Amino acid sequence: MKKYNDHSYMDSVHRSGRIWGIAIGAVLLLFPTLLSLIFGTLPNFEVLIKGVVATAPMYWAVGIVEIFTYVPMLGAGGTYLSFITGNISNIKLPCAIDAMERAGVKASDEEGEVISTIAIAVSSIVTTLIIVAGVICIVPLTPLLESPVLEPAFDMILPALFGGLAVVFVSKNVKLSIAPIILMLILFIFVPALDSSTVGIMVPVGVLFTILVARILYKKGVL
Amino acid sequence: MNFSVNSPILFVIVGAVIVLVLAQSVFFLLRAMRRAKELGIKTGTVKKTIVSAAIFTVAPAFAVLVGVVALSKSLGIALPWLRLSVIGSITYETVAAGNALEAAGTGAGTTITDPSVYIAIAWVMTVGIAAGLVLVPFVTKKLQSGLAKVGLKDKKWSDILSNAMFLGMISAFLGYVFCDVGLIVKGDASGLIPVCVMIVSALAMAICGTLATKAKIRWLTDYALPISLVVGMASAIPFTALLGG
Repeated sequence: MKKYNDHSYMDSVHRSGRIWGIAIGAVLLLFPTLLSLIFGTLPNFEVLIKGVVATAPMYWAVGIVEIFTYVPMLGAGGTYLSFITGNISNIKLPCAIDAMERAGVKASDEEGEVISTIAIAVSSIVTTLIIVAGVICIVPLTPLLESPVLEPAFDMILPALFGGLAVVFVSKNVKLSIAPIILMLILFIFVPALDSSTVGIMVPVGVLFTILVARILYKKGVL
Repeated sequence: MNFSVNSPILFVIVGAVIVLVLAQSVFFLLRAMRRAKELGIKTGTVKKTIVSAAIFTVAPAFAVLVGVVALSKSLGIALPWLRLSVIGSITYETVAAGNALEAAGTGAGTTITDPSVYIAIAWVMTVGIAAGLVLVPFVTKKLQSGLAKVGLKDKKWSDILSNAMFLGMISAFLGYVFCDVGLIVKGDASGLIPVCVMIVSALAMAICGTLATKAKIRWLTDYALPISLVVGMASAIPFTALLGG
């Protein structure tokens, strides 16, 4: 592949990613403004301020940490898509990791970038279409989605997802896996504050710790 | 215009935004597929990637739909539809909407009738999650090119580095699976449910892997993750009945 081409592909991904991101971001911020025009009323500022104070500080902190954690794993195209369509840790990233693993490509190569982008784009399209179909059929679907029988299945999606994913990755990186898994087990079992709402904060901790362990093992020639 | 949480105009606007978001995904998909061809990635590999990504997504997407239904009681369908299709994640949107509803003094079960409260909630749900939206267009290129430089300097380390990042994330979620096992000392076994589900899913994955290599059922590897996901989720039903939820 010509060098010129390599540069132009990544550059064009960044260029179009920025344009799409800024455009969709502007549209999303326009949405509540448009509602005000249509219904002829300003937002209730008491609710607005209380709600933002209760929500934004924590989620902005988590959001900023997530950018630095997930952007290197998602690749460029995957990042521009995932940060628009959301559900990164529970859908997009596992989907991309699995796709790269099966295609036998590395996240650090352009082949990885391309496969990850394809997987995340398909996953985004399918999620969006399923939600569209669900919204259209919401009346017949509601009893099914709310059925107490199925509730535990929907609640347990993360353990069901990461159990399978862990087998694939741990079995291929046994030496590197031991320390981070032990650390996370100890932290989550013995620190009561760590639960479903704080797992987002622990992901970067796990990532940084694993990189540190990897660096030490690599320098010692174990990996 | 008279306000209702399910006013048709809301669906028209939300529908338009969703079309825009779909267009972005299609644009990047076609671009990446063209690039895959140029790089000499086999058509079969690309096809398999598309099919298994689509199949994998079905079960988690239904879980997102559960979030839409849960929020629709107070917010109608249009706003949760938008929020959960764009950036939203189930955990975030439920908390954000909950905070906003609490500030409005209404519970999750009451339908909003005041447009000014509805618009305020729409703002809260949008602004709270906007960090990525605002920053990603400006920082992604820098972060990515920093990583690419590592790759040029030391190829082996750069491969180990990306593996280490994936493992770091996986280990955090494995730890999370165990976060409530401590409750067992208080006689509450429900903390074991996620652990059992994880083990079942791991076993399903291991069986798929063994069958694929030993019995040479090659197609199984393409569906191993969705299979282990659904088997794990299904096992949650008897485990919850047994251990209490």
